[in-house]
Amino acid sequence: MVSSAIEFKNVSRVYGEVRAVDDVSFAIESGEFFAMLGPSGSGKTSCLRLVAGFDSPGSGQVLLDGADVSGVPPYERNVNTVFQDYALFPHMTVLENVAYGPRVRGVSAGERATRARAMLELVQLGALGERRPAQLSGGQRQRVALARALINRPKVLLLDEPLGALDLKLREEMQIELKSLQKKLGITFVYVTHDQGEALSMADRVAVFNKGRVEQLAAPRELYLRPATAFVARFVGSANVADAKLAARFAGWDGEAFAIRAENVTVQGENLPASTDVVSAAGSVIAVQFHGAGSRWQVQLDAGEVWSAWVPDARSPADLAVGARVRLSWPRSAAVPLASSGN
Amino acid sequence: MRAASTFFYRRPYWYLALLLVPPLLWFGTVYLGSLFTLLAQSFYKIDDFTAQIVRDPTLDTYQQLVTQPANLDIVKRTVFMAICVTIACAIIALPIATYMARYARGRVKAFFYVGVMLPMWTSYLVKIYAWRLLLAKEGIVAWCFGKLGLAGLLDTLLETPGVGGPSLSSSYLGMFIVFVYMWLPFMILPMAAALERVPGSLIQASADLGARPSQTFRNVVLPLAIPGIAAGSVFTFSLTLGDYIIPSVVGAPGYFIGMMVYVQQGTAGNIPLAAAFSVVPILLIFIYLSAAKRFGAFDAL
Repeated sequence: MVSSAIEFKNVSRVYGEVRAVDDVSFAIESGEFFAMLGPSGSGKTSCLRLVAGFDSPGSGQVLLDGADVSGVPPYERNVNTVFQDYALFPHMTVLENVAYGPRVRGVSAGERATRARAMLELVQLGALGERRPAQLSGGQRQRVALARALINRPKVLLLDEPLGALDLKLREEMQIELKSLQKKLGITFVYVTHDQGEALSMADRVAVFNKGRVEQLAAPRELYLRPATAFVARFVGSANVADAKLAARFAGWDGEAFAIRAENVTVQGENLPASTDVVSAAGSVIAVQFHGAGSRWQVQLDAGEVWSAWVPDARSPADLAVGARVRLSWPRSAAVPLASSGN
Repeated sequence: MRAASTFFYRRPYWYLALLLVPPLLWFGTVYLGSLFTLLAQSFYKIDDFTAQIVRDPTLDTYQQLVTQPANLDIVKRTVFMAICVTIACAIIALPIATYMARYARGRVKAFFYVGVMLPMWTSYLVKIYAWRLLLAKEGIVAWCFGKLGLAGLLDTLLETPGVGGPSLSSSYLGMFIVFVYMWLPFMILPMAAALERVPGSLIQASADLGARPSQTFRNVVLPLAIPGIAAGSVFTFSLTLGDYIIPSVVGAPGYFIGMMVYVQQGTAGNIPLAAAFSVVPILLIFIYLSAAKRFGAFDAL
């Protein structure tokens, strides 16, 4: 049997009172683009540190290629990391930064320079080898960090919020580039992010972290269409969530907890007749945010919560404004039943 | 009040001037002014017959400084001591500063910082005289050597020509020990400050790329700590060059630059020669800093 590239077996890591990682088990397959998604403090970065070897699990096992790596220091693991702040050595040139891995492993000066230049070509920075990191833009530093981490030909590349410091346009370009780089090299990528868009657009599979636990591990489409818990529904799909108590108050629904994504919710005037086979709820508009392709309507439900509806620009009800009484409705089939866990 | 605030808000240069003129005036007159007066004095000379200062610019005093072997010996002796003290301080300070900056946390860290600074709060003279007692022939250091059965070793050290003497308290070795003790905090603190500024992620990145801890230290930590070491060494070097109390209380009878300045401007009344001697450390520090900059000690700043 081929062992997974990375496997967590009942791993826990406690810092003082905080259970940063709480009995986590999952496996990452070789060659996979795996995302760990969650809000800050959810345990995703702690898991990454356990793989890199900067920290060791309090209990449980972390396996790399089937071998337990507890007690194996980072410099003996075939794993490399792209750090959130890039962690480029300020006193070395770009080329020296990239050549650092081979240098400390005793590769000759000539060969490591050749390899470093090839890596810089790969990330399209061939001309900047003699510069210092301080003379580069954020996007260029990001590429240097990537080249430096890949030069050792690791089995696994760990990326800790690598695009967090870049502006939106550059971030989108880098997403496409990272994805194609991963396909080209066939290396397992483990990508930590708090941005669900990033995780959904790049990853083969996503593990959603919350409070030190994995809430759901699934392919992006599955995660978006069929969130297992209220937390995943809110965090990944920005969905409206009705717990069992709230759900019981909706006309046309049998009272189980469910999630409904904003784009499946229709806004109409309160007095227009509701069609059959929909669930509906009344409320008043408290805000309308224009987003170009459509608007997000925030509606205070009479039942208590504030829900949102995504209305494409073409379908925007012109006669309704902030303060208007409206009816939200959605097809029964679009509602996703939820397990009771999560928050 | 409000009118004044508005006045200065609209005229930021006036505001800056108001802030800067008093301290610049103080700094300019008291520090730089006196320094330049000193420099000027070194270009006068003393009339050998009348013992009066001749206020005509001349290089005679400098010529006297560099041509008389006794004077040159004083300079060489002082510079050699300053170099030894600086190197010893750097070697002792590096592990302490590394621990303080990279490993110690919370109370332990506070303890170390206070521990390093605490001796600086006591009188300098008290510490020097205390050291003279510790290092005396009947002192506790000699006693410890005796109890450990190492009296022979101490005697061998004291018999070594150049560093030895009748007892530790009257040898260059003893003087060296006191100098190192006295200036060590001035090396530890800038070094620790430089090491504190090295981001933890750089250390992790180095390990991540395959560097063993010793390689990380050599390739990443040390180069980034060098500005701190350079700053600390300027302190230890210049303090040793200029000090006249330690060489006169502890150590062998040979003169040091500071003692020479003291003697020449006091009893001998030869202000120009005293001024010329005090230019020597300034010149040496200047040369040292230029060399350090040239070798890239401040590139990581």
